[in-house]
Amino acid sequence: MFTIAIIGGGIIGTAIAYSLIPYDAEVILFDKENDIAMGSTRANSGIVHAGYDPMPGTLMARLNREGNAMMEKRCRDLSVAFERCGSLVLAFSEEEVEILKTLLERGKANGVEDLRILDADELRETEPQASPDAVAALYAPSAGIVNPWMLCIAQAEVFVGNGGKVLTDCEVTAIKKMPDGYTIHTSKGIYEAQLVIAAAGAFSDDVHAMVSKPDFEITPWRGEYYLLDKSEGERAKHTIFQCPSRSGKGVLVSPTIHGNLIVGPSSELIHDPADTSTTQDKLDFIREKASLSVPSIRWSMNVRNFSGVRANSTIDDFIIREVPGSAGFFEAAGIRSPGLASSPAIGEYVVKMILQADFSLPRKTDGYFLKRDKVYFHELNAEERESLIASNPLYGRVICRCEEITEGEIIDALHSPIPPVSLDGIKRRTGAGMGRCQGGFCGPRIVAMLAEMLDQSPLTMIQDRNGSYLFVPKVNEKTEDGAQEREVRI
Amino acid sequence: MKDVDVVIIGGGPAGLSAATECARQGIERIVIIERDKILGGILNQCIHNGFGLAIYKEELTGTEYAYRAYQEMAAFSNIEIMLDTMVMEINPDRTLYCMNSKDGYIRIQAKAIILAMGCRERSRGAVAIPGTRPAGVYTAGAAQHYMNIDGYQVGKRVLIVGSGDIGLIMARRLVLEDVKVIGCVEIKSTPSGLPRNIEQCLNDYHIPLMLSTTVTAIHGDKRVSGVTISRVDENYRPIPGTEDEWACDTVLLSVGLIPENELSRRAGISMDLQSGGPLVSPSFETSIEGIFACGNVLHVHDLADNVTKEAVKTGKAAADYVKGLVPTSCNNVTSAAFIKPNVPYNPDSTKESDTYRYLTCIACPRGCTLKVTKNEPHVVEGNACPRGEKYAIEEMTAPKRTITSTMRVRFSDGTWKRISVKTKEEIPKSKIMDMMRLIHHTKVTGPVHIGDEVARNVIATSEAIQ
Repeated sequence: MFTIAIIGGGIIGTAIAYSLIPYDAEVILFDKENDIAMGSTRANSGIVHAGYDPMPGTLMARLNREGNAMMEKRCRDLSVAFERCGSLVLAFSEEEVEILKTLLERGKANGVEDLRILDADELRETEPQASPDAVAALYAPSAGIVNPWMLCIAQAEVFVGNGGKVLTDCEVTAIKKMPDGYTIHTSKGIYEAQLVIAAAGAFSDDVHAMVSKPDFEITPWRGEYYLLDKSEGERAKHTIFQCPSRSGKGVLVSPTIHGNLIVGPSSELIHDPADTSTTQDKLDFIREKASLSVPSIRWSMNVRNFSGVRANSTIDDFIIREVPGSAGFFEAAGIRSPGLASSPAIGEYVVKMILQADFSLPRKTDGYFLKRDKVYFHELNAEERESLIASNPLYGRVICRCEEITEGEIIDALHSPIPPVSLDGIKRRTGAGMGRCQGGFCGPRIVAMLAEMLDQSPLTMIQDRNGSYLFVPKVNEKTEDGAQEREVRI
Repeated sequence: MKDVDVVIIGGGPAGLSAATECARQGIERIVIIERDKILGGILNQCIHNGFGLAIYKEELTGTEYAYRAYQEMAAFSNIEIMLDTMVMEINPDRTLYCMNSKDGYIRIQAKAIILAMGCRERSRGAVAIPGTRPAGVYTAGAAQHYMNIDGYQVGKRVLIVGSGDIGLIMARRLVLEDVKVIGCVEIKSTPSGLPRNIEQCLNDYHIPLMLSTTVTAIHGDKRVSGVTISRVDENYRPIPGTEDEWACDTVLLSVGLIPENELSRRAGISMDLQSGGPLVSPSFETSIEGIFACGNVLHVHDLADNVTKEAVKTGKAAADYVKGLVPTSCNNVTSAAFIKPNVPYNPDSTKESDTYRYLTCIACPRGCTLKVTKNEPHVVEGNACPRGEKYAIEEMTAPKRTITSTMRVRFSDGTWKRISVKTKEEIPKSKIMDMMRLIHHTKVTGPVHIGDEVARNVIATSEAIQ
């Protein structure tokens, strides 16, 4: 029997797992996909919001502020890239300047420091490529950008390094209350745990319904994006928002932590929380809206479009609680923006909640660690590169030329605590294939490395989720073990 | 630190010929830095014929062309080759950093640098095709690598998006490997590939070319399951009501090439926004003294032969500069030096009347539209040279094609390598699939050298030596 079972390996599930490391508990984490960080975590803006958006007094307001403050250390400890680039909310009219003032006041009430309103000249100086039509901007220096899936994976890796268990391809199908805990029925068998923590993102209402009467519903909102080449990365120095409306924070233009430019999201209620397709209408909408903020964007430098689903819910706040009537069943549900910014604080908050509940969770008496080291070759200087290659020649061979990812880094990923099983799994851990050629050049080499690691035929390799096969068997070539006759057609 | 006269970045056709020319001009210390484990660049996966008419006066496959260029270079013993080595940084003082797993992180000081890094393909993002993001969406060149180098089949039912030459070449390649190619859609009203590739890659195999048409959505959860295509108006916007759903498991993108200039940009070289390459002087010097550029890194060429011609001129210019025969021309760089001549597309080329048939000549890249009388004796009009007349008459009486593919070569120890092959002579069109069967079913044991006959009327166009 496990002490704690966590359902969901996204940014929230892994933040909770990470926060549980100092405690003497057998913890297992389930994810239904073949990797962690497969839901909203891998498809969002990557913004660590300053915290002026949520209404004062909400859990969201508190956890956003706390999470933002924790983010720098968390990322440093885990060798995850994070930068406080600051954010700007542009106002294009006097009415919108009033909105900025409201946001400023709200920010103050939420405890966000250093907020101030820039006039047009100051804005021009701070963000030269912002639209000349903008008359003012709310400047939030504490806002930042982070690599969300890397943060998620890093938290999980350290969790595993401390003895935690992560089971992928493991979908929870039913949960049954027992006298001293819960039985969790999964696609990989039945598990027992004294406590369950659900962090199931866009599916958190489904998981809730496994133990209790539904009292909220996930209303999945989809956001589509453009990700532009690094040559456009300088287009914005800060995360540039427009004034928020009822449907969200609007279309942003921001540098990413990798040096690309991200533009989006659209905002749309959808029916299927797994539907991450993009649409012409919304892509057109994003271009139109973003051009209001930064008119000079060169759209031809687009590298990729994607969309992500936000776990919006019918409750106007994060839902983080011990489910009423289900003692020992905790949930972090309806976590949407600013969920990423709040995530480290959500992890701590959930642990505190468990400690306050009628449950004994002693601290570990033996040692544990909370840090992770990782090599990012392209960030090193010449001397560091030289000595690294001398210590391990694999770092001397570049596999992904766009992002300058070396063989050594890919081998590191293949041997990491939660080894990738797909090309995209390697991409999330190393950045290989994320660049402007989108894996056109490095794909064949990575397929070969992954196949060797998994000890399988390269022909069975997958792009991403199970079933996303890359190749089909050849029908017409004599194979090593005898010929398959091919049909002659003409 | 290593001191040399000329460093050439890239060992494809541009780099090889530039190096050869530098050596020919008497330059002593020459280094080619190539990131792959072999020289030849993208030519190694170009197993198709159509190369070499201008330079070598005979029709070669890409692999054979690379081998010729390599042999010419290898005749000079003073050209050092660094394989599996990536250039990380170029500086305006002509120092550069490169690295590999053998020598580590290396600094080289050169008197001149020739950029010959080639180009890359535009990917799905560049054309922003909406829909899902399943596996099965490949750029044509990536698919070409998987098929011709690795021997993997990328799908069973393929739509080609864009009518660039690589896409057309891949359409034919896939059909020969028994893959269904359902069509080729092109957003413009004329194809972008060479007319002769439309003829010999699409028309020969009855693959429909759909002009003014684009993919408006890709479908499929994990693997591509289909596409929505739509007609577009003159502004390339989809016309509502023209949507059509097609089932397929693979989408190959052939939507253009971009010179690969990240190194050049970081070095501070001035770029031409139109060509995507550096601005250069008439002697191919960039805005930084002593740094030259040629081939597809400068602007995307239709033909490897033209790359070679340009590389030879660049090699000579760099040599003259190193020898101090000419002053730098880095202050004399100009924009828009390379405007691609538009090969006129004649939609009539697929039509016929009662008395005439229209053909696109495939004898050379020019792709003349030929008008041939249906009755004998066949009278040919529109040909720019005698080869056109010969082609047209043959096409009317007994059409023939050269076929290229790959084969596995086995060695006595049980290992194997993949080679590219072609038919020794053109074969009757009606025998193409029989020839493919022969190629697939013939067992070859190594070693194999270029030109060896590996099956009846089939010769190797690359080598397999243990």
